[in-house]
Amino acid sequence: MAKKTAPETDSAPELSFGGKWLYAPSREATDHVRIAARSELFVGGEFHKPKSRSYFATVNPATEEVLGEVAAAGAKDVDAAVQAATRALPAWRRLSGEDRGRYLFRIARILQERAREFAVLETLDNGKPIAETRDVDVPLAAQHFFYHAGWADKLELLFPGVRPEPYGVVGQVIPWNFPLLMAAWKIAPALAAGNTVVLKPAETSPLTALLLCEVFAQAELPAGVVNVITGDGAAGAALVRHPGLHKVAFTGSTEVGKEIQRALAGSGKALTLELGGKAAHLVFEDAALDQAVEGVVRGIFFNQGHVCCAGSRLLVQESVHDLFVDKLRRRMARIRVGDPLDKNTDMGAIHSAPQLARIRELCAAGEREGAVMHQSACALPAKGYWHAPTMFTGVAMSQRIAREEIFGPVLAVSTFRTPDEAVAKANDTAYGLSCGIWTDKGARILWLAGRMRAGVVWNNTFNRFDPAAPFGGMRESGFGREGGAQGLRAYVRLPGGLAGA
Amino acid sequence: MPSLHPTEFRVPPVDAVALETRAAQLATRSLKKAAKVQGLKLAIAMMDLTTLEGADSPGKVQQLCGKARRPFPARDDVPSCAAVCVYPDLVAIAVDALAGSGVQVASVATGFPAGRTDRQTKLREVELAVAAGATEIDMVIDRGAFLAGRYGDVYDEICAVKEACGDAHLKVILETGELQAYDNIRRACRIAMLAGGDFVKTSTGKVSPASTLPVVLLMLEAVRDHFLATGRMVGVKAAGGIRTAKDALKYLVLVNETCGDAWLSPQWFRFGASSLLNDVLMQLEKERTGRYQRPTDFSTD
Repeated sequence: MAKKTAPETDSAPELSFGGKWLYAPSREATDHVRIAARSELFVGGEFHKPKSRSYFATVNPATEEVLGEVAAAGAKDVDAAVQAATRALPAWRRLSGEDRGRYLFRIARILQERAREFAVLETLDNGKPIAETRDVDVPLAAQHFFYHAGWADKLELLFPGVRPEPYGVVGQVIPWNFPLLMAAWKIAPALAAGNTVVLKPAETSPLTALLLCEVFAQAELPAGVVNVITGDGAAGAALVRHPGLHKVAFTGSTEVGKEIQRALAGSGKALTLELGGKAAHLVFEDAALDQAVEGVVRGIFFNQGHVCCAGSRLLVQESVHDLFVDKLRRRMARIRVGDPLDKNTDMGAIHSAPQLARIRELCAAGEREGAVMHQSACALPAKGYWHAPTMFTGVAMSQRIAREEIFGPVLAVSTFRTPDEAVAKANDTAYGLSCGIWTDKGARILWLAGRMRAGVVWNNTFNRFDPAAPFGGMRESGFGREGGAQGLRAYVRLPGGLAGA
Repeated sequence: MPSLHPTEFRVPPVDAVALETRAAQLATRSLKKAAKVQGLKLAIAMMDLTTLEGADSPGKVQQLCGKARRPFPARDDVPSCAAVCVYPDLVAIAVDALAGSGVQVASVATGFPAGRTDRQTKLREVELAVAAGATEIDMVIDRGAFLAGRYGDVYDEICAVKEACGDAHLKVILETGELQAYDNIRRACRIAMLAGGDFVKTSTGKVSPASTLPVVLLMLEAVRDHFLATGRMVGVKAAGGIRTAKDALKYLVLVNETCGDAWLSPQWFRFGASSLLNDVLMQLEKERTGRYQRPTDFSTD
């Protein structure tokens, strides 16, 4: 029951939450989602058994239950997929922009019609809450297809005076944190520009990309225009090294991104990389603090912090540090962690056991190195991979938790005194993907935005995505943009030596 | 009465986009079964059943008091409403009709709804309402003074009204639809809390927009911060435009997740509404029986 909060007690006033009105479970139904015992490779418009004859299991991170087996593509499977894409290329690139747009519109509409199915499957396979898959992942994925459908017949307006050509066959490797959304980010612009695609989803979250293949078939997309091969890092490595590709697009860790760049050097293949990040929030004393708290929470606890552009560092002006940390601590205590299928869940399961181990290791390092850990006292389920929302205060910029990408629900808090110091600390990282500026002063926003070494600068908001807004990083966060006109630029070859992303 | 230094009325800025985003996010909470029933009953217990029309008569007020005492006599587990809210001249009727029920009598006062009358008249109106037996006074702030930047005048007037209330609880109506900017609303909250208001209330119900989710979220944040800074609890009343059970539950979610358990009580959160009650009753019956009843199964008054 409620703790006594009446003012006559001697202790400092405190709020109490959750004792008086408990939300009953409100679980999204799963009976409309069927998962095959064995999922095959989507090559040349059909599902095929892998030539490798091997399969691997994909599990629900919230329960550790095996959802099904998925084909593990070997080198021969990768080759077959690239050949299918190569065969489909001449007809697809010759198709008029209107016709390519028509297919993309159709895919977008079917995705919307089957939104619930996609949302539930994504939640089962990834562990993220249904409220996020329902309200963010799936609608945004559909928007990406709609947006690029609109560009398909207007490419020449984007690049006046030159005739944009598709690269040809594009190999795309995507991560497990936004499986469907990343597939949409990659496939939609590639197809709009007239490329054909071989996509490899992450081995721990392959199911929605395979369901997307059903949508392609439903939309009667010509066979081979998109091929999806599932498998582990070896399959991804085989794909990006395949000589039949003209371009590679990768989203994932900086480590693997560097490997790919090394492997592609001198191959003539175009490359775009969207890699890790260690984004900072800059909270100034004049900011709308209650809303900044919400933004910081969204920045680091959205998708369990499995976000490359997550705001994992909080730099707060020293004069409001205590006030802001108190607000944040109270707010964190109210984050509802648990069953990802419950519509009231704010934070779901950590995606995998290795990821959980890494998060724990870095938290231990944070404590060892002298930062103070604050964790929400929420009850965590017994089965599955879970980590409570966590904040470290008193973090020195030299500590591992301030430098390494944790890719989990862990926030590192430090302070600054002046705008110059804020800029220096925000840029004191090898990465450069995103940052968030929280201040009520418009002039300060503009002054700061020009000094941030980050591809995305959010002002008084965070983790907002739009297909029309280019997204991407600099330095160890990669190069190339996704979304907007700049994103399409990464999928066309411009005659006259302008090629290369 | 000494006024406060103007710096006391300073408030932190409010970001409109982010505030509305948070309110919309909380509005997606899904309330089922036991949680829904508990919430709906709480909403009834928090309701100030209101009639504020030129045509109000003793008969109408008596009818409303009957409904507030026993909103749904067929079911014993349906609680009474928190209060009946009327104009000052009908307070005595309501006091009679509610004797022994525990339902409070609230009276609007201070030249409701515009508040455009002199302070003496306002204070006299409060005194008469309290003398007639009103235990709660819903005053309106001087929006003209507020918008002209005379925050000290607004503060002084609330202090004076609070004094005139004696033991009666004072609810301070900000008329957020006229203040419009969220920064104004946050500042008006601060003035009302500093001046001793027991409740801050959104609206008279005579101005559109009346109560909205972002406005009430902002007011809850203001009372939460006031409590954390001073230890003094102030209540919030959402009034006007709340017509459905679904809406009422959204407001309760705001209370639950902003101020927490202590505010989930008629003592600290109220709904000011006239047509909301029957929709809540209908939803309660639906939860009990699994079927929707006809609207005619619930009395109009």
